[in-house]
Amino acid sequence: MKEQHKNTKAKKYGMVIDLDKCTGCGACMAACMAENNVPFKKDESNKLDSITWMRVYSLTNGKKFPEADICYIPRPCMHCEAHNGHAPCVSVCPAVATDYNHETGIVSQIYTRCFGCRYCMAACPYHARYFNWWDPVWPDGMEKYLSPNVSPRMRGVVEKCSFCFHRHQLAMNKAYVEGRRELEEDEYQTSCTQACPAGAIVFGDLNNPGHAVNQIAKPDHKHGGRPMNPHAFRLLERLGTNPKVYYLSSREWVRRAGDNYIKDEGKQGNH
Amino acid sequence: MKVCRRSFLSLIIGGAAGTVLSPLPLKLMDDSSIWSQAWPWTPVPEDGEVSHVGSICTLCPGGCGITVRKVNDRAIKIEGMKGHPVNNGGICVLGLSGLQLLYGPTRVKTPLKRVGARGEGRWEKISWDEAIAEVVKKLGELREKGKSHTVACISGTDRGTVAQLLGRFLTVYGSPNFIRIPSIQDSYELTMHLMQGVQASAGFDVENADFVLSFGSGLIEGWGSPVRMIKANSKWKERGKVVQIESRLSNTAAKADKWVPINPGTEAALALAIANVIIQKSLYNADFVKNYSSGFEEFKQMVLNEFSPDDVSGITGVSASTIESLAKGFAGSSKPLAVCGRGHGETPGSLNEFMAVHALNALVGNIGKKGGVWTVPDPDYIKWPEVEMDRTAANGMHKARIDGAGSKRYPDTRYLLDRLPNAINSGKEYPVEALFVAGANPVYTIPDSKAVKEAFNKVPFVVSFSSYMDETAVNSDLILPNHVFLERYEDVPTPVGLQKPIIGLSKPVVKPQFNTKHLGDVILLMAKSFGGQIAKAFPWDSYEVCLKETLGNKWDKLINDGFWADSNFRPVVWGGAFNTPSKKFEFVNKGKAESIKIEGDEKAYPLILMPYDSMRLASGFIGDPPFVIKTVEDTVLKGKEIVVEVNPRSARGFREGDQAILSTPKGIVKVRVHHFNGIMPGLVALPRGLGHTAYDEYLADKGINFNELIGPVEDPVSGLNAAWGIRAKLTRA
Repeated sequence: MKEQHKNTKAKKYGMVIDLDKCTGCGACMAACMAENNVPFKKDESNKLDSITWMRVYSLTNGKKFPEADICYIPRPCMHCEAHNGHAPCVSVCPAVATDYNHETGIVSQIYTRCFGCRYCMAACPYHARYFNWWDPVWPDGMEKYLSPNVSPRMRGVVEKCSFCFHRHQLAMNKAYVEGRRELEEDEYQTSCTQACPAGAIVFGDLNNPGHAVNQIAKPDHKHGGRPMNPHAFRLLERLGTNPKVYYLSSREWVRRAGDNYIKDEGKQGNH
Repeated sequence: MKVCRRSFLSLIIGGAAGTVLSPLPLKLMDDSSIWSQAWPWTPVPEDGEVSHVGSICTLCPGGCGITVRKVNDRAIKIEGMKGHPVNNGGICVLGLSGLQLLYGPTRVKTPLKRVGARGEGRWEKISWDEAIAEVVKKLGELREKGKSHTVACISGTDRGTVAQLLGRFLTVYGSPNFIRIPSIQDSYELTMHLMQGVQASAGFDVENADFVLSFGSGLIEGWGSPVRMIKANSKWKERGKVVQIESRLSNTAAKADKWVPINPGTEAALALAIANVIIQKSLYNADFVKNYSSGFEEFKQMVLNEFSPDDVSGITGVSASTIESLAKGFAGSSKPLAVCGRGHGETPGSLNEFMAVHALNALVGNIGKKGGVWTVPDPDYIKWPEVEMDRTAANGMHKARIDGAGSKRYPDTRYLLDRLPNAINSGKEYPVEALFVAGANPVYTIPDSKAVKEAFNKVPFVVSFSSYMDETAVNSDLILPNHVFLERYEDVPTPVGLQKPIIGLSKPVVKPQFNTKHLGDVILLMAKSFGGQIAKAFPWDSYEVCLKETLGNKWDKLINDGFWADSNFRPVVWGGAFNTPSKKFEFVNKGKAESIKIEGDEKAYPLILMPYDSMRLASGFIGDPPFVIKTVEDTVLKGKEIVVEVNPRSARGFREGDQAILSTPKGIVKVRVHHFNGIMPGLVALPRGLGHTAYDEYLADKGINFNELIGPVEDPVSGLNAAWGIRAKLTRA
């Protein structure tokens, strides 16, 4: 883990996704694939091996017609901080292929270090990590659209959402050339945030009170980043992973489903 | 040396143990993983100079602005254009995948001539000169025989210079059969024509509406201009209300403030019952009704007599109290808006339904008002001189259209593509000797696939201008591939449903990747080969010259900004807005507002099959590229099998994931069953946009094309296809 940069304040990049606005259109998924050179296969209907750094799940309230309801929930990597950067995946990686960056709060994934043991996949409670079972193959000619900013992955390594870290690097490069050490809020935005037609995704520095993410989610940094906005929640809050992706919903059943709500859980004496 | 059993075993076991204990296996594993991972076929994308090109996406009629990121001469990513009046930075899943179409394996790379049987997929590469000569020769023969009217052209749009050039060519050549792909635009245009007396598109000021009453429109599933609608939906979340009337819990219904499940096909009755309450409780805009409308008294009598909430409640399954509260909510809002046209809006629908819904807009007086329905004239920049027809052309143009549009039976309808297959197959009209298809994929998108194929087989000469090897291209005789949208100039007039006229300009982002030619240039070349009046009608040297000349002083702005908007445009409000004989809004009621009867016998087919649309399934001219098909959920497509939704209550023993046979009067297919509590019992829902047989291996042979299971049902007033479903049954596989 790198020492914190002395001249700049540590960032905690995070996301707020408004599930009331999210229409489940899938633009974030495609925006991510297009930005990050994510490969595809002939059959992608087996969702266990379908690599989607950003995946939109659909939740149902389990009620019968006509009380049934659906809610879409986009799931990038949560970039868990846990306690002091001990994210579930980071603490199990034997190769330091995935690491918590204290300067940005981003959980990295270094493909050339990864040797494919997949401990991190087992440790991740969000299914945010994917294994390359095959070498990526692009049909003849399609390699032309691959971006030089993100290296295509090879067979045998794990990959996941990076909060478009290459965009952070590019923005920082530009800032340094211009003699700045800090980025404006709009200088670094993820591909999914930029694409979302509903404006449901907001991205920025959770530590910065001037950034929209901080203002919307109101993270309580003294208490593991718990949101103080009553409509905001995080996935599996109780696990203490301290994720940096917050969700907003005005519907109670959605907020409860986000924390793996089990019927009658009080009676079961959960701890 | 004697080899005994003991020493043999010692050698083998010792050797094995030694090998395992040595570093060799580990070393081999390590090496093999290193070698295999460093294989050179994991590409290393080349770095280079980054640039951005602004353009317009034409993959759907949405007309979004796009900014394409390039590295050297490669296009890397498509993003939404910031500041564009339609999408302001947002972009949809299909638009994002556009580069997969540009560089993908579905491209037709050079002009092709069929050598095998139709649809067999055996082609001969030919030069552009040969291809154009071939078309001109065939057209020339037909014209000489006085059969110019037997040439038909199916086009994805009738607006913009390319479609206009195509139409112009057909006119001077002598055929009345220019046919636009059907959609709810047909029904809305007709509604505007009959009720407001204008020949214009309907625009919806959705951004400012505060109560949206949607009769089954997939507001956030691709209706109108998709990104714009999703943006508007986010605005409604902050200040506004959406009521979705639909028999299935679509995304729109799930996101709406209120979902009103309704018996399918009874939407018109519900709209009139809402009108009943509005009139009875005097909630309507008295000024508009009194001073600017005509026919209100008859309309009032009709809805009061025939559409009381109690009666309609029985038909629609929506309770009388709900109808009343909908009416009060709608009429009580400051900017109410009622819209219709199911799902993506690719099926025109019942005209009565459109007129009933539009009557609601009139009752609350939102015509031309903020948050209401606006009359949007086409931007009038195409001002070419009238064509001079020679005698052959004039004779051809006097013949009746093959699809029956504009006939005595359907005088007000402009295009009736859904009637074409039957017109060809029945042979009642004249035969179609040559068919041109541009910007459309009718073999896939027209209902009753079997009849469509049969009709295609009866046409001796089919020419496709498709850039992609789609179903229509596969079933043609000659393919003259157009550049894709990222390789060509093209003007894109006002996107469907937008409330103000704008023009967008598609620009070549990259140079043409293959031996393709701009359709505009192909038309000019064909015309030149003909000579005479035909050549005279096209005085331009190239399409680019024609486009620049046509756009005139707007060209520079379009090149710089990517779009031109008429900043002076204001909707004409009430006085002077209506061009009907009475110069007022007409509460027209053509025929009884009865629901459209769907095909199939209830006894033989106890269920009703309905299609559903999704943003993740492109169901029009363009099929899903690999990124988009990847986003499709496994409750829609599993392997190659399509999944249908049924309510657990009407699943009749079919468990989740079971295989079943789905049959309708039109077809029998294999499906898998998914239990969905969001669908009304008695219905089966099947996603549209799957079941392609052409395109690439990422899309082909997955699922079923809904059009194989349904045929068109003619609307009695307009002749447009009004089928919203078909009777069906599920049986054991």
